[in-house]
Amino acid sequence: MRGSGRTYWRLLVAGFRRGSTYRLAALGGLVANATFGLLKVAVLLATVEAAGGELAGYDAARMSAYIWLSQGLLGSVNLFGRTDVAERIKTGDIAVDFLRPLDVQAATITTAVGQALFALLPRGVPSVVLGALVVGMATPDHPASYALGALSVLLGIVLSWATVYVVATAGFWLVDARGLQVLYMVVSGFLAGLFVPIWLFPSWLVALAQATPFPSMLMYPVDVLSGRVEGLGALAMVAAQVGWLALVLLAGHLLTRAGRVRLEVQGG
Amino acid sequence: MSGPTTPGGPGETGPVIETHGLTREFTVRDGLRRRRVRAVDDLTVTVGAGEAVGWIGANGAGKSTTIKMLTGILVPTSGTVRTCGLRPVEDRRRLARRVGVVFGQRSQLWWDLPVRESFRILAAIHSLDAAAERARTEELVERLEMGDVLGTPVRQLSLGQRMRAEVAAALLHSPALVVLDEPTIGLDVLSKQRLREFLVAERRAHGTTLLLTTHDMGDVERLCDRVLLVDRGALVFDGDLAGLSRTVGAERVLVVDLAGATPDLTGLPDVRHLGSEGGGLRQRLSFDPDTTTAARVLAAVSDHAEVLDLSIEEPDVEDVVRRVYAARR
Repeated sequence: MRGSGRTYWRLLVAGFRRGSTYRLAALGGLVANATFGLLKVAVLLATVEAAGGELAGYDAARMSAYIWLSQGLLGSVNLFGRTDVAERIKTGDIAVDFLRPLDVQAATITTAVGQALFALLPRGVPSVVLGALVVGMATPDHPASYALGALSVLLGIVLSWATVYVVATAGFWLVDARGLQVLYMVVSGFLAGLFVPIWLFPSWLVALAQATPFPSMLMYPVDVLSGRVEGLGALAMVAAQVGWLALVLLAGHLLTRAGRVRLEVQGG
Repeated sequence: MSGPTTPGGPGETGPVIETHGLTREFTVRDGLRRRRVRAVDDLTVTVGAGEAVGWIGANGAGKSTTIKMLTGILVPTSGTVRTCGLRPVEDRRRLARRVGVVFGQRSQLWWDLPVRESFRILAAIHSLDAAAERARTEELVERLEMGDVLGTPVRQLSLGQRMRAEVAAALLHSPALVVLDEPTIGLDVLSKQRLREFLVAERRAHGTTLLLTTHDMGDVERLCDRVLLVDRGALVFDGDLAGLSRTVGAERVLVVDLAGATPDLTGLPDVRHLGSEGGGLRQRLSFDPDTTTAARVLAAVSDHAEVLDLSIEEPDVEDVVRRVYAARR
């Protein structure tokens, strides 16, 4: 559809501009990211040193790259489970979305991604710059890693919001989906490799993590962008991301269709 | 894609709204027990193009539920509904191009962004080309007198300003059918007046079909040429306002402030005494405008006491509804 691209572009821009209205929140987020980044530096670099300078393929510079890239993406990749659409389903405001000639799932994710992309400016970039200046970090050997890394980051961001959307659709069946959101928050950060790289996990836990979409949200983008994984390995990670995204989008689509029929729009 | 206002589509020739036996039940938890409540009961109604219909009834009478089914956001339990010739649930996205909805309690604007930005996004959503977007936005902004708030984030608008922005947002794509759920709720007199004037002008200019739910008789009197009254989900009156008044007896209430304490003014011809305050300093008298006039009532009162001040109360929707309901029970 011809008009469709323009519509979703507008929604992306709207989300981006929406993000820009919360400058103080972005600054607060950056401070929190940086603080926890320095904490991770202290713990993880000491661990690498204790392991004899290398741990599961990470030397100090690679570990630093992992820390600052993952901290920088934290403002954009949704590992908290919270999202506007969950609230809109709960209050019934979602009805307004259904009154538009739009795919509600696509419109919701597009707007959220717009806001997430904005967050790269006040939270992502400064975080990486800080890490590079204060600690120093490894950079990719091949220029292609930057392009593939950017794609991987974008996929990770979209995947996280698409997954959170799926969690939110539970609200069509449950009056309050907050329990699920908390569960998502607890599980996603851990399995996405937010606290430590998943490659430090025992192999069974790595396998478990890889059976979920979470590493595709953060671990893979960080690995590809930092150049820790290159060539075919990097392509395989991006392919896994695409696969998970397709699966999650399909699930969201089906749940939206089923949920809409159940919608009772409480109140007014 | 063709513009949303292209004439000749379904609904342009046939009725805009057509329901047959439309019914919606909800399951209500009552302690441990569950019971079924019928919010809309066997509603059969047809609304033609260009009509202005006021949907009135007490809270919980099923007005909003009906509107939700007409617009495709709620699935009927049974019965059929066609809006603009389309099936609301199945053809949701096509219908959305022909209908504009304002839910007084729910915003369709982007809370954090300037009003102008919401209009831009909606224009894109409805595939308006640049020229149509500009012309329509200018028209709405001028008629709703919103020029000075275009750059203001929605969250900073007053209620009156926000409602005007909501209406503009719902009408941006020039829908054939406009549905307003409690559009003037909470507005001050001036804001109400402005909004009503705008809706009248909009209808005149574009032949828009108007459907509104309200508690405000002023809305019905100034905007609607047809009234649907619902009670417990069922349609109990369908006709014009004069017909409704005849049905319930549109009694007016004359309130008079008298110069001195006066015994209750009972027994005046064609007048019913409703009550007195201050030992008879203020008295409330009701009369039927079909059998007598305010002037005659006033003359009759003046025979008994000097009138210092007076006011006439018109029945509000609540009153009319209460009387219809009382007559049915």
